[in-house]
Amino acid sequence: MSQSDNLATMPAHAAAGNHGPLQHHFESLEQQRDASSVGMWVFLTTEIMFFGGLFLGYLVYRLSHFAAFAAASSTLNMDIGAGNTIVLICSSLTMALSVHAAAVGKRKTLLWMLGLTMFLGLVFLGVKGYEWHEKYVEHHIPGPNFVWHEENNPALAAERHAADVNPGETELFFSFYFAMTGMHAFHMVIGEGLLAWLFFKAWKGAFTPAYNTPVENIGLYWHFVDIVWIFLFPLLYLIDRHH
Amino acid sequence: MSTAAQAVETRPNYLNATYGIKSWLLTTDHKRIAILYLISITFFFFIGGFFATMIRLELLTPAGDLMLADTYNKMFTEHGIIMVFFFLIPSIPATLGNFLVPMMVGARDLAFPKINLLSWYLYLLGGAFELYAIARGGVDTGWTFYVPFSSTYAHSHVVAAALGIFIAGFSSILTGLNFVVTIHRMRAPGQTWMRLPLFLWSNYATAIIQILGTPVLAITIVCVALERVLHLGIFDPKLGGDPVLFQHMFWFYSHPAVYIMILPGMGVVSEIIPCFSRKNPFGYVFIALSSVAIAVFGFLVWGHHMFVAGESLYAAMMFSILSFLVAIPSAVKVFNWTATMYKGSVTMRTPMVYALGFIGLFTMGGLTGLFLATLGMDVHVHDTYFVIAHFHYIMVGGAVMAYMGGLHFWWPKITGKMYNELMGKLAAVIIFLGFNLTFFPQFVLGYLGMPRRYYQYPPEFQVLNVLSSAGASILAVGYLLPLIYLLWSLKYGKDAGPNPWGATGLEWTTQSPPITQNFEETPIVTEEPYNYGRMPEATYVAE
Repeated sequence: MSQSDNLATMPAHAAAGNHGPLQHHFESLEQQRDASSVGMWVFLTTEIMFFGGLFLGYLVYRLSHFAAFAAASSTLNMDIGAGNTIVLICSSLTMALSVHAAAVGKRKTLLWMLGLTMFLGLVFLGVKGYEWHEKYVEHHIPGPNFVWHEENNPALAAERHAADVNPGETELFFSFYFAMTGMHAFHMVIGEGLLAWLFFKAWKGAFTPAYNTPVENIGLYWHFVDIVWIFLFPLLYLIDRHH
Repeated sequence: MSTAAQAVETRPNYLNATYGIKSWLLTTDHKRIAILYLISITFFFFIGGFFATMIRLELLTPAGDLMLADTYNKMFTEHGIIMVFFFLIPSIPATLGNFLVPMMVGARDLAFPKINLLSWYLYLLGGAFELYAIARGGVDTGWTFYVPFSSTYAHSHVVAAALGIFIAGFSSILTGLNFVVTIHRMRAPGQTWMRLPLFLWSNYATAIIQILGTPVLAITIVCVALERVLHLGIFDPKLGGDPVLFQHMFWFYSHPAVYIMILPGMGVVSEIIPCFSRKNPFGYVFIALSSVAIAVFGFLVWGHHMFVAGESLYAAMMFSILSFLVAIPSAVKVFNWTATMYKGSVTMRTPMVYALGFIGLFTMGGLTGLFLATLGMDVHVHDTYFVIAHFHYIMVGGAVMAYMGGLHFWWPKITGKMYNELMGKLAAVIIFLGFNLTFFPQFVLGYLGMPRRYYQYPPEFQVLNVLSSAGASILAVGYLLPLIYLLWSLKYGKDAGPNPWGATGLEWTTQSPPITQNFEETPIVTEEPYNYGRMPEATYVAE
């Protein structure tokens, strides 16, 4: 939108003086910041409801097919999952530091922290990709090629009472595993894009102590995506591990 | 045309501020986006109407002679999808709401104007997917997309249609998000929550449902698509999945969606009735909070769609009781509207005729809803034409009547022109009569046992079906008339002036059509809404 268009329709008191990033329909920067922040929280509420549908389905089936879910979960690599959780928590820390750096106007720190956040996010996605590839090798991707090996493995079968385990139900577990981690990774990819945009804007020096709402709001988004993983990790990886 | 009228013509307003197709397609002005939405939903309304026409034509005779059973399945599916997701859900919020929410709070625009424009483009993209699905041969799952038919066995274009709904869902979410933030953060100085027009209360409640409900529909649709395309087995009974879980998730959105359709209509009626009764609404606080109550209860009643789907008796009883509870806030509204008219100086203008029609038809739709919330009765009439008649009384008799009423009420504000009052009333009466003739016989048909979604029926049902189809043709005339005289009024209508009805509300304090930034300066609210005691009579007198 060109500035001259705005000026033509802008009421006198808003046009007077140089407000920089203040949009024409807000009375003050404070109101604008407030509105963006409420908007972001409302958006995150819709995200909670979105993931909520998957969590509901997972919990219903975990209750009704517990043995199969426990057996299928035990094939996931807990160490890699835990390591990835730590990577993601660290990225939340660097994101929080980015928000702080933007608020106090330290451009160089902001750039470093945004870059680190992006890097940690990419590490997480890389590891996730490796895990998915493992599933491919093990034929644990739901569909016509799905195979549940453990039923042919007597030692494991005895240990896990595999007789109780219905192979179809393990496929159900992996359906949720892919739907949930896939949806989460999709949100991470969007987050990477948003961070790249922030990095570019920060490079140009767009953020000041007076105006840094985008950093704050994308920070909220990033933390939200992390929190989803904090729930996904124990639900998917840590079922019945005390055996 | 007199010179005075020409002077009014040339006064700057949002319609003549800029020209050219780009100034519309890239606009961030909420009023222009409302017009874009108005044109698009009218387009989809007539597409959905075409499918309804085909259904009523097929049902003229007991034999399935006009089309094949498969084709009939596609007709009612597309009718449902288009009317629910591409007309009713965006109808009032995206058109009247988009236009009025910022004006009623005294703001220059919605909180996020670009997101508002994005929501329109998402709506169009979703609509394009839907039209693509239709053009490629249609969908035959019913608008409810029940699994495992939709996920595994249907051979029609389920994924394209589902994707269209998924995308349109985000346009609905973004509209809701914009309204919530605008109403929370952009009210004019002095406009406290208890000074909010009732239209805003009901749109606020609607927005809450859009925000909390629509994402659940989105993920449900994603699951069906994943199952269909990638063979993930989320609802697949072969893997131990549960198709009833789909129904729970689907109705968790789609029941509250009924309130997305009706609540804004209640808001419109709450504006019209005080204006044409020249009275403060009876029980403002109760009308306002009953909107919120409906939104809250609305999330707790989805199980009443599943009484015969293998729900436990205990769950069914709870859902039954909770469904009855919805009647309380709904009745509060109906009683308060009628009490508002009591001893008021009622004038019968076109919007008022629609509002009165709404009260009668909504009451009938609501009361028959109680029949369906009753467990034993529901087993008898489940999936019959009784259900069809019930929800058409709510959605067409309620939501569409209110939408038409609102369109006629704010048309002078939106366009600056008056339509022909006689034609307006005539169309309203035709719609009312045609509607009742179409859908009342369906209550009887359903009670006698005619199931929904069948393209042929026993000959003893024919008389009632012919009555229904005859009513549908009258209804069609009623919907075509406003299209003609409203467009006519754009060119030949008399100038409306800022406040032709003598109505309260900030939107009437500015010129018609309003300037781009709505108000010359930010208004200050110093009194309760609906202070009709101090308002002069209507300035516009019909010829």
